[in-house]
Amino acid sequence: MNKQSNTYTILYSVILVVVVGVLLAVTYMALKPKQDENIANDKRQQILSAVHVASAEGDVKSAYNKYIVESYVVNADGDKTAGDAFSINMASEIKKPAGERQLPVFVCRLDNGELKYILPVYGAGLWGPIWGYVAVDADGDTVYGAYFSHQGETPGLGAEISTKSFQAQFEGKKLYKDGKFRSVDVMKSGQKPVDGADYVNAISGGTITSKGVQAMLADCLVDYSPFLKKIQVESSK
Amino acid sequence: MLSKKNKGILFNPLSKNNPVVVQVLGICSVLAVTAKLEPALVMGISVIAVLAFSNVIISLIRNTIPNNIRIIVQLVVVAALVIIVDQILKAYTYEVSKALSVFIGLIITNCILMGRLEAFALSNKPWPAFLDGVGNGLGYAIILVIVGFFRELLGSGSLMGCKVIPQSFYDMGYMDNGLMILPPMALITVACIIWVQRSRDKDLQEK
Repeated sequence: MNKQSNTYTILYSVILVVVVGVLLAVTYMALKPKQDENIANDKRQQILSAVHVASAEGDVKSAYNKYIVESYVVNADGDKTAGDAFSINMASEIKKPAGERQLPVFVCRLDNGELKYILPVYGAGLWGPIWGYVAVDADGDTVYGAYFSHQGETPGLGAEISTKSFQAQFEGKKLYKDGKFRSVDVMKSGQKPVDGADYVNAISGGTITSKGVQAMLADCLVDYSPFLKKIQVESSK
Repeated sequence: MLSKKNKGILFNPLSKNNPVVVQVLGICSVLAVTAKLEPALVMGISVIAVLAFSNVIISLIRNTIPNNIRIIVQLVVVAALVIIVDQILKAYTYEVSKALSVFIGLIITNCILMGRLEAFALSNKPWPAFLDGVGNGLGYAIILVIVGFFRELLGSGSLMGCKVIPQSFYDMGYMDNGLMILPPMALITVACIIWVQRSRDKDLQEK
């Protein structure tokens, strides 16, 4: 057969593409369950990081099942609604109008019996999305711990939001000021919020990412404000 | 198996004919993934795997490839291998695949791959083509690891994620060089390697 003829070329490319296509489909199908498991475990680990529970690779799932005693979805009024909290994608929730968002809440019971409420947050950094989980004490006001991650912030600058030292700053900060929801500010070193609200130090060189964190906290947690108010009333009883 | 010629094919790309510092190919990914040592290492291994196997596959089918679509055939083979590597990394080393993100996919555009397929695999038997792929992949990986080593050490004070510069140094006023983490310093580090290599190897110096 003439190898330079059009028939040969077309036949060759058709066979090549079919063979490669089948090969890729088989690989994808074979590895899919393992990948889904990895992604779910990664999310579990992120949720647990907000309450400082570190677990060795492999038993993330058992640690998650042990500490996260309950998870549910609340609406904009702070009432529980139907839905699976774990499978909610914050990226698509945040695009909805504020009143219609489905807000997942993960309730964690620590070894000492204290209850923590873990709330997901999602926002924009400099290059791409940033997200995280904020754990709030049973008083519905004090931040117990925070975890942030990002897709592609500059390593060494904006990407520092995913370091322990940045996240540790949020511990003990108050979300409410004089009974009103205020969130935690992220300020450049030496600056303070004018109204005296709680703040943490921004990352030098990562100004836009730091501002992104501040906006993310304010925008996402304000949705939870009715829910947090309810916890506050409950805990003060 | 390893005749003198084959040894040359395997080892020449490590220094004298290094794809990165002599041919200056694949610079883009050297900039992107060398801020830390671990991703640099995984990227190096991935490129070795993709390059060796695509060289073998192209070499096996070299006599059947129609000449006017040979670049497309090469691309399809490379792209398929890259996707398989990416899927395997996602399934078994999820953390590293998160760190490498898009750069595994970008192996497809690495000039070293197309260069070796076009210049070597299309006109050689599978075994030498395999050695050529491993050799060039190693040559690329070595530079990646050297650059990654210096950038992580000077930029973050750590290696493979472990702190190696003792806290007492920081207490005395030592500071990590944040510039090392940014892409331009990868270029400068590569330039330093080229400088060292050329001053040692007289054959590489232009008259």
